[in-house]
Parts: sequence; structure tokens; C-alpha cells
Amino acid sequence: MKQIAVDIRDIRKSYTGIKALQGINIQINSGELFGFIGPDGAGKTSLFHILTSLVIPDSGSATVAGYDTIHDYREIRKIVGYMPGKFSLYQDLTVDENLKFFAGIFRTTIHEHFELYKDIFAQLEPFRKRKAGQLSGGMKQKLALSCALVHKPQLLFLDEPTTGVDAVSRTEFWEILQRIKYMGITVIVSTPYMDEAALCDRVALMNKGSIMAVNSPENIVRSFGKNLYAVKSEQMFPLPGLLATIEHTKAVYRSGEYIHYLNEKDDFDPVLIEIYLRACGHGMIQVHQIAPSIEDCFMVLMQQSKAQKAA
Amino acid sequence: MTRILYILQKEFIQVLRDKSMLPMILFIPVLQLLILSYTATFEIRNIRLVVCDLDHSSESRELAGKFKGSSFYNIVNYVQSYDEGAEWLKKGTAEQLLVIEPGFAKNIIHTGDASVLLTTDAINGSAASLMNAYGTSIINQFGREMAVTATGSAQLREALRIEPQFWYNPELDYKTYMVPGILVLLVTIIGMFLSAMNVVREKETGTIEQINVTPIRKYQFMTGKLLPFWIIALFELAFGLLIARVVFGIAVAGSIPLLFAVASVYLLVVLGFGLLVSTITDTMQQAMFISWFFMVIFILMSGLFTPVESMPDWAQWVNKANPLAYFIKINRMIMLKGSGFSDFSGLFFGLVFYAILTLSLAVWRYRKTT
Repeated sequence: MKQIAVDIRDIRKSYTGIKALQGINIQINSGELFGFIGPDGAGKTSLFHILTSLVIPDSGSATVAGYDTIHDYREIRKIVGYMPGKFSLYQDLTVDENLKFFAGIFRTTIHEHFELYKDIFAQLEPFRKRKAGQLSGGMKQKLALSCALVHKPQLLFLDEPTTGVDAVSRTEFWEILQRIKYMGITVIVSTPYMDEAALCDRVALMNKGSIMAVNSPENIVRSFGKNLYAVKSEQMFPLPGLLATIEHTKAVYRSGEYIHYLNEKDDFDPVLIEIYLRACGHGMIQVHQIAPSIEDCFMVLMQQSKAQKAA
Repeated sequence: MTRILYILQKEFIQVLRDKSMLPMILFIPVLQLLILSYTATFEIRNIRLVVCDLDHSSESRELAGKFKGSSFYNIVNYVQSYDEGAEWLKKGTAEQLLVIEPGFAKNIIHTGDASVLLTTDAINGSAASLMNAYGTSIINQFGREMAVTATGSAQLREALRIEPQFWYNPELDYKTYMVPGILVLLVTIIGMFLSAMNVVREKETGTIEQINVTPIRKYQFMTGKLLPFWIIALFELAFGLLIARVVFGIAVAGSIPLLFAVASVYLLVVLGFGLLVSTITDTMQQAMFISWFFMVIFILMSGLFTPVESMPDWAQWVNKANPLAYFIKINRMIMLKGSGFSDFSGLFFGLVFYAILTLSLAVWRYRKTT
């Protein structure tokens, strides 16, 4: 039987009239690498603040490792590691001093759980006497992760750890997270990058304070309709409006240099698109079927919830 | 307990690593004591005087000579008309004008009754009354001497003799009065600003978010924050007392341990206040502004420059909430009068009350915001 590491029940939170979270329900299993995926303003950070006991929700409740985030906040603070979105270590202390300080306040030493973060720390080794403020972005992030792991937490919360980090460091960072997961730590990550969703065991797609879907990245993609097409013509600007008028259209949105088009009907024939566009006077028409990505799922779910709200 | 030690260690590393901190701790007291003690004085010296002698007699020249001989006066010009003298006052190139009327010598010799005109620029009221008092005493002295020459006896005039005695500061040295007050100012500035800036800096850099998701308890965090500045401020006081002794020759007349005991309690008030400011602000700029606002009011009303007793009644009541006024008074009593605890126990318990009040307010506010 799977153990529940985090249990979120109908959490709501507003900040001066803005609904940051509107009824979140999620169960995260122990030992999972779980991702909250969503754009800025989706409510990821608000949710992390509630789960790490920094903020009290307006209504609803949540438990972390069985502890209530409001009443047992002291227990939670002992067993979680937290890496805020903004670099929050002491810039005027050295790498060593930061690590020793955090080890000290968790009543442990740098050496006690060193095997957890020795791979990460190996890269920091040459800079141990350097002040944290003078490290590069990637190194700062590794130091923050080391400090969050120094007391061997049961759960690790990482709020947008890869935002503003270069592509190579991002890949490397996700490899590190996989390794941490295999050491038995539940890892909970938030990210605005859709491509990172595939690296999680399960993801929650978030937008405007709501969860749109929770599943493994494979299942999310699988539940997506088959008829997804990338469309392009010489007149890109009126294209989405035209496509939206086709019968049984489920979603139309721009994705890079193409317009992605999804139709509800399983027996939809893409030749229809070409005929229709040609009739409207478009030239240089390209239509080809593509495999959906998480980003496609996100866009479609977002359009659906928008349509629901309008209705 | 070990957690507090780790926080303390961290704070001390940060404070001592800050390049501006050490010079600040060492130079601020020296500069403040040296500059303020010499300049923040109500003694008036080198009064610029214009003499308008219309009598041209040996007696009138003698009177002008008395002013010239005084260490307080500096005769900047002799003019030939009242209007010309008034012009000097108007331009601000002189502070006082002495007009000796024609017939001054004749009147003094024949009737024993003569008058002179002493005009004072009274824009600064208290300075003007001092200058007037100096001038009047010189003129009176001169008048007595003239009476003696005229009648051959001084007994008539001096039926009542006043023998003034000045206690605790026999030389009437203004620095003796200022130095204990400036010492208080010093520990207040260090205590209040450093503590207010420090906590709010953690907010501004976001480190408080990381700290809050650790098992650090509030009291541990606050103790770790306050203790370093408490120690630094007490060190500052010791350093300031040393300067007072070496440079100004002002030794502490009372008990030094007693002085430090009072200072320890006083610093709790100041640090608690700084902490309170930092809990209600989000940026260092806000904290700085609010601290300064209160500092200026506290300092001006503290009795550092002007005696509290001469303030209006309402101001004296307001001053009951001014911790600076308490400690300046106690510090002057200990340093200059050698007072013991029983002489100021009321003031001391007032400080204890404020220490408890500000610290609990700060802790309460801090809890509420997180």
C-alpha cells in the first residue's frame, strides 16, 4: 500500500481579493517525485507556503507526513527541506558557514548526512571559502539544495528551482532530483517549464489557483485526443479565428511558428482543414498530425476551463 | 540552547564581516563625543560688540575698555552714530551694540546717575538673555567702581552680598553636562539602528523565509538577534567612558557597575524598540525612516540640550514615555553626582517597565506576522 506523504483537502487562500488558491485537493505519495506545473500566478508558491507552514490557509486543511500544517507546524519544520524560489541563504556568509549554520540549527553536522548531498557538494568544493553572494547562479542553487538536505528531510519542497537557470544546469539539476528521490525522500517541485513535467512521476497542472489535472505525464498525454494537428499558412494572423469555426473544434492555440488544432471527433479528416483554408483564400498551407506534449494538454485544459467559466 | 549559539555565531560573523561596521563602532563614539561636546554648548564666547561712544571721555573709554578686557567680548568696530551701529546688528556682523550718550562722564561725576544703551540681537532668545546678562554685569561692575571713587565707600551699595556656589560642576563647564548625555545618545543610536536594520534586512533579502521553515523558535531567533547588539552597545559605553576620562577628564563619580547595570536594562528598551520597528516594516528604508522619526523626537525632548524642567507641562508628560530622558537623567546623576541606586530607583523601575513593554510588544508583533 502506498503511504500518503502530503494530503491537501480543499485549500483556499485569497490575498486582498485575489483568489490565489480556489479549492485544491491532492494526495502525494511517499517517495514520489511530484511536480506542480503552471505559469506565473498559478498559485504554486502560495501552495508551497501553506505546505511548509509559512502561511495559514483561509479554509481547508493539509497534512505533511501526517502532521497538520497549522497545529503541528513545529514537527513539519523539523522534517521538511525547503528551497524558496528566491535565493535565501546568507550572501555575506561563505559556502561552509551557510552549511554549518543550517546544520547547527537542525542540531546535526555537515558530516552526518553527507552521503545525501556529496555529489552536489563535490562541485561546490573549490568554492567553500567563497561568500555565497559571489557564487554563480548554478552554484548558488546547489548550495541552497545542500542546505535544504543537510538534516536529511523526509520531504523536499523546491519552489521553481530551475527558473533562470541555463539548459545544461537544468538537466543536471533534474538528474540530482531523481537521485534524491531514490534515497527515499519525497520530492515536490514546482516549475513553469512544461517540458520538465515529463521528468516527474506525477504532475498537477495548475492555472489561476485551480488544479486542472493530476496524473502521470504519460497518462495525461494519453488521455489527450488523437486528432492534434499543426497548421501553418501564409496568413498566420486570421488563422486561429478561421480554424475555430470548423465543426467539433475542441481547441485552437498558437504554439511556436504553428497553430495547434484539436478536433473532438475521432474520425476527423485533416483534409477538411486544407480544403476549408483554401476556400478562404489561404495559400502555402501545411497540415500534419503531431503527438501531443504536456504543453498541448495544458493549453487545451486551460481553454476548456475558460469556456466553462464563460458558459 | 545550542541553536542560539549557532545564531549568535552567525550574527557575529556577519557584523564583523561588514566592512563599514567596525569603523562605525569605533569612530562614531570618538567623533560624537569630540565634536558634540565642544560644539553643542550654550556658553557664549567672542560676542561681537559694536561700540558707539558719543561721550569721548576718559570714563566712557574706560567702560569700553572693560568690555575689551572681558574674555566674552570682542569689539569689532567703533562707530560714530547709533544708526551706523544698528546697521551692524541688522547685517548680523555684530551681536551687541553699546551706546554711550554724550554727557555720560559729567552725569556720573556730578549726579552719580548715568545711563547707557545696550542693544542685543535677540533672534536666538536664550543666547540673547545670556549676552545681556554678561553685558549688564560688566556695566554694573563699572558702576560700582565709579561709586567707590565718587563716595570713597562701597558699603552703601553692597548691603547684601551673595556668595554663589556651584556644585557637581564647579567650573560651570558645559562639557561636563554634555558628555554623559552624549554617551546615552551613542548607545541609543547603536542599539536602535543596528537592531532595527538587522531583522528587516533578513526580510528584505528573503532569508527569513528560509529561517522560518526550520525548527528555530521565535525566542531563539530574537535572542540571537538582540544579544550581539546588546554586547556591542555595552562595549560602546565602556569605550565612550574611557574617552570621557582621557579626553575630558570626566571620571564617573558614582559606581561604574551600577551604571552598566542601568545601561543593560536601558538597552533592552532600545533594542526592543528597534525590533518592534523592524517587525512593522518590510524594507530597510522604512525601518530607517521610522527609527529616525522617533529618534529625533526622543533626542530633542530628552533634556540633552535643554532642561526637561523648562519644557511646558504637556511636554514633560510626554517625556514620561521617553526612555532617553530617563537614562540621560540617571547617567548624569551617576557620573556627575555619584548618586546611588536609591536616588533614582523610581526612574530605574520606569525603565524596567518599558523594557518589558517594548520587548513583549515586539515578540507579539513578530509572532503575528509569521
